[in-house]
Amino acid sequence: MSNAIPVGTWASDKVHSTFDFSARHLVVATYRGSLGDIDATLVGNTDGTARLTAAARVASVQTADENLTGHLLSPDFFDAERYPEVTYTATDITRDGDHLVVRGQLTLKGVTKDVTLHGEIVGPAVAFEEQQKLGLTLEGSIDRTEFGITWNANLPTGGLVLGNEVKLVANLELNQA
Amino acid sequence: MRILGFSGSLRKDSHNTRLLLEAAKELPEGVEFRLFDGLREVPPYDEDDDRDPAPPAVTRLKDELTAADAVFFSTPEYNFSVPGQLKNAIDWASRPSGQSVLKFTPVAVVGASTGAYGAVWAQAELRKVLGSCGARVVEGEVALGHAQQHFTDGQPLSEDTRTQLRELLTALIAEVQQKPLAA
Repeated sequence: MSNAIPVGTWASDKVHSTFDFSARHLVVATYRGSLGDIDATLVGNTDGTARLTAAARVASVQTADENLTGHLLSPDFFDAERYPEVTYTATDITRDGDHLVVRGQLTLKGVTKDVTLHGEIVGPAVAFEEQQKLGLTLEGSIDRTEFGITWNANLPTGGLVLGNEVKLVANLELNQA
Repeated sequence: MRILGFSGSLRKDSHNTRLLLEAAKELPEGVEFRLFDGLREVPPYDEDDDRDPAPPAVTRLKDELTAADAVFFSTPEYNFSVPGQLKNAIDWASRPSGQSVLKFTPVAVVGASTGAYGAVWAQAELRKVLGSCGARVVEGEVALGHAQQHFTDGQPLSEDTRTQLRELLTALIAEVQQKPLAA
């Protein structure tokens, strides 16, 4: 069986890597945001094991609305003052064709939980100047209330303004170190 | 450490102001308590006036909130909600967007009313508003119903109420003392 991750250390290209999140909004719609400042490192070992570590700076949160962005930074949500980073670490990475299953631990607002991500791996490929690149797309979902992010508000017609399930999507462009 | 007491009532003999002063007696040594007394002068929020320099009363409001390590609010309840003058002052404090002077400030909320419920609905609304302004809202409430029995008729506050005040203040102080995990 071939290794899940090509042997070597692969580090994310900041400009071409994104971490987005979305939650159900107003019952039927979806609200999206992103953390723009992320670092991810993927290590493929010769024995076939692999390790993914990633960190995103909460202060880099972006949404389409500056008032919402400010609220997301506050203790009602991420609490950027006390918990400035979101991190993810995984050592259980399996591959079937291009499909990856990554089982790891997400730490958000000081709470660590097991979170499994599914996605695809593309490459390695040489884009230019002999630089080997890997592409990784990973998706998962969490219940934000399990991480102490419980804010909500009632809608005038019943129901709540914000869903508890938050979908996570990471698109990583990784360069061989 | 400095805690700013903030009463949502303007009345001279306000039950909520009195409740704050009673709460101050429960503070440990070394904690300075100051009562904000500039609420009446804060003008209605108008974005046209929200510029540099701000109206003097707004500057004073923001300066006092900024100088405080924590804010201890006591609110009456008008029509099941927060009095307009209190909400108005918080609106000023929260603007311009992203520059709320309450951002990450530990706050706690209590309330007094002449009815049986001790302004519990206003307290809940005030916590929601303060959270929206970015404040670090301490969980817990003290609801002093039939406040006139204590502050007009002279009946002392119950030991139970004093304990609740002390516990909420202890939680508020603990939030101030808990430094961020990282810079």
